[in-house]
Amino acid sequence: MKVHEYQARELLVSFGIPVPPSMVIERIEDAREAFAQSTLGMPKPLAVVKAQVHAGGRGKAGFVKLVKSATEAEDAARFMLTHRMVSPQTGPEGLEVKKLLVASAVDIAHEFYLAITTDRMSRRNVLIASREGGVEIEQVAHDRPEAILKEPLHPTLGLQPFAARKIAFQLGFKGKQVAQAVNVMMALAKLFEAKDCSLAEINPLVLTPPDDANPPHADGRVVAIDAKFNFDDNGLFRHPDLQRIAEASESEEDPSEVRAHKAGLSYIALEGNIGCLVNGAGLAMATMDIIQLHGGKPANFLDVGGSASEQAVTEAFKIILSDHAVKGVLVNIFGGIMRCDVIAQGIVNAAKEVGFKVPLVVRLEGTNVEAGRKLLESAKANIPTLQPATDLADAARKVCAAVA
Amino acid sequence: MPILIDANTKVICQGITGSYGGQHAKGCFLYGTKLVGGVTPGKGGQKFAIDDHASVPVFDTVAQAVRETGATATMIFVPPAGAADAILEAADAGLRVICAITEGVPVNDMIKARAVLDDLNAARPESDRITLVGPNCPGVITPGPKSGTGDKSSDPYTKSGCKIGIMPGYIHTHLSESKLGKSVGIVSRSGTLTYEAVWQTSNLGLAQSTCVGIGGDPIRGLNHTDCIRLFESDPATDAILMIGEIGGTDEILAAEYVKKHVKKPVAAFIAGRTAPPGKRMGHAGAIIGGTEDTADAKIAALKAASVEVAMSPADMGQAVMRAMRVAVSA
Repeated sequence: MKVHEYQARELLVSFGIPVPPSMVIERIEDAREAFAQSTLGMPKPLAVVKAQVHAGGRGKAGFVKLVKSATEAEDAARFMLTHRMVSPQTGPEGLEVKKLLVASAVDIAHEFYLAITTDRMSRRNVLIASREGGVEIEQVAHDRPEAILKEPLHPTLGLQPFAARKIAFQLGFKGKQVAQAVNVMMALAKLFEAKDCSLAEINPLVLTPPDDANPPHADGRVVAIDAKFNFDDNGLFRHPDLQRIAEASESEEDPSEVRAHKAGLSYIALEGNIGCLVNGAGLAMATMDIIQLHGGKPANFLDVGGSASEQAVTEAFKIILSDHAVKGVLVNIFGGIMRCDVIAQGIVNAAKEVGFKVPLVVRLEGTNVEAGRKLLESAKANIPTLQPATDLADAARKVCAAVA
Repeated sequence: MPILIDANTKVICQGITGSYGGQHAKGCFLYGTKLVGGVTPGKGGQKFAIDDHASVPVFDTVAQAVRETGATATMIFVPPAGAADAILEAADAGLRVICAITEGVPVNDMIKARAVLDDLNAARPESDRITLVGPNCPGVITPGPKSGTGDKSSDPYTKSGCKIGIMPGYIHTHLSESKLGKSVGIVSRSGTLTYEAVWQTSNLGLAQSTCVGIGGDPIRGLNHTDCIRLFESDPATDAILMIGEIGGTDEILAAEYVKKHVKKPVAAFIAGRTAPPGKRMGHAGAIIGGTEDTADAKIAALKAASVEVAMSPADMGQAVMRAMRVAVSA
C-alpha cells in the first residue's frame, strides 16, 4: 500500500505536525486559486507544484516545479495534467497524473531527517534522526554512520519526552526550536503507533530562518516538508481510513496483484515464463529458487496461503494464466492446513473454466494427498497437459523441460 | 528427551471452538497429543467433541483450564486482533510453552507482548521460563512411533509423541523407525518448507527429534539461535537443520552462534536467493537492516561457520547427510 504525498500531509496535520499551507487540485483551472491560497500573506509569493504519483524521479522529469505566480502555477498544472510522467521508476509508458499538490514554498535554514521504524533485532520501534536531511538517508548512513542518531522507543510506553529532548538537543535545535522539534517527534511517535505504521518518515524536516516580526517564531519554525509512510499490513484491519486509501491506490498498482489480494492470495508478478502456484511463502520462494537452478525463470511468486478455498485456487490459476508470458505452470503443494484435495479440485475447476493450454506440472504432498491425486487421475482426460511430479526436483526438472 | 515438548506434555487450545482451532485441535488429539482442553471465553462448560467417542472440556479462561487440567502448553488460534492478548493470558496462567499459530498479528502488538514476556522471564530462573513460539508459525512437533491409523480417538497415530500445531503428523519419523538411527532437529521460519525438509529427511532414513516452526513474522518468540542452543544440548538430537529466508538478521546471528558454540553437525537452507529486492522494505528499515538481509549474505555467514548449506530446496535432506558424514570423518 502506497500513500500519496498529499495523503501523508493530511496524516501529519491530523496529528498536529506543522506543514506549509497547501491545496490539492485535479483541474488546470483550479491552479490559480490554489496558488493564491497557499501563498496567502507571503511578501514574495512562491509555491511548488508537485505531481501526485507513486513513483520517484519527479523533479528530473519536470513534475515538480517552483512557481512565482498564478500564471506559472497554471502553466505547470497544464503540463503535468496533460502529459504522462516518465522517469526511470515508471517504465517507458509512464504514469498518468490525476492530482497535483500546490504548496507554499518555505525558506530553509536547515534540513533534518526524522523517522520511526521497527528494528527487528532489538524488537523495538526506533526513532532515527539526522542533521543531514533532504538527501538520500541511505547514502548518509553508508558514508557517515555517526551522522545518524537512533533512540529506541519504550515497547509499552512509546517515545518519552526526555528521549525526544535528548535527540532534539543532539540535532542542534536551540531556544524555542527545541519544544517545536520535541512536539514533532512526539506526534510522529503517536501517529506511528496509532496507525500501525512500519515506517513514518519526515524528510526533510525543515527549520526556517528566524522571524523577528513574529515572536513565537523568533528562532524559526520547525516544519515538515515531505513525508513517507509504510503500514503494517497486519494492522490494516483496525484502520478503515487507511483501507480506503489502500483501495483508492489500487487503481495505480498491478491489476493482477490487486485481483490476487482480493482473493486472499499473495502474488508478485516477475519477468519469467513459468507460472508458480505454491502454499506458504517460504516454499514459494524456494520454488522460485529451484526453477532458476534448473535454468528456468519464474513468472510470479504466488502463495495461496494456508486456508484457500477451491474458488481462491481457481482464481489463482486464472491470474497466472492471464499473464501471456506464461509458457508452463508449476504447482507445488505441501499440505498442512491446505488440503491437497482442495488444490486438486481447484485445478479441475480451472481446467473447466479457462483450460490449460500450457504444460502443467503438479507436485502434491501432505494432508489428503491420496484424495488429491485420485481427483487429478480421474480428471486426466480433461487436462491433457498435466504431468504429475514425484518430488520438488522432479517437478522443477519437468516444468523447465516443458517450457524449454 | 527432545526439546520443548514430549509425550507427557499436556496441551490446551485457545480458540478451540473456531473452525481452524477446532480442526487442528482434533488433528493434534488424533496424532496422540495429550490435548486436555480448550479455551473460548463465553463457552466455558461446553464439551469439544473430537469424534463420537471422545471430547475435551472448554473453559472460559486459560487460568481455569490450567487449574482443572494441569496443562503446561497451549496452541493459539485466536484471530489476529486478540492474539497478543491470548499470548499474555497464557503467560499469566503459568503456561510454559506457548505456540501462537495465528497469522496476521499486528507488529506493534507483538512488540508489546514480547516485551512483557521478556520482563516476566528476566525475573525467573531458567528452568521456570516461558517459551513463545511464533506467531504465524506451524507449531512444534516431537514425533512418536506410529502405532495406529490416527483416524479416530481410540486409535491415535502414536502413543508417545506430541504435536502442537498444524503440520501433517505422518511425514515425521521417530528414531525407532529410522533406518539410519539418527535424529535431526529442525528449526524453520517457514511452514510448508519445513514439511518439505521433514519429508526429505524421513525419506533418507533419518528421524526428527523435534521440529520447531518459529514463524515468519518480524517480531516473534523463539529465534533460530534459541532453538540451535536447545538442540545442541539435547541428547536426542544428532544433527541440526536450520531453514531461513531473506529479511532480518536472525540467520547471521545463528551462524555466529554455531561457529562459537555448536559441535553437532549443522545444515541449512536459505529461501529467496532469487526474490526481487525492495518489496517490503522502507528506507529507514534499510538503514537498520543493512545488507545482511539478503540470502547470499546469510549463506556466506553460514558457510563461514562451516555449516553445510543446501543451495537447492530439494537438497535439504542430503545436506544433513553431508554434514553428518563430515562430522564422522573429522
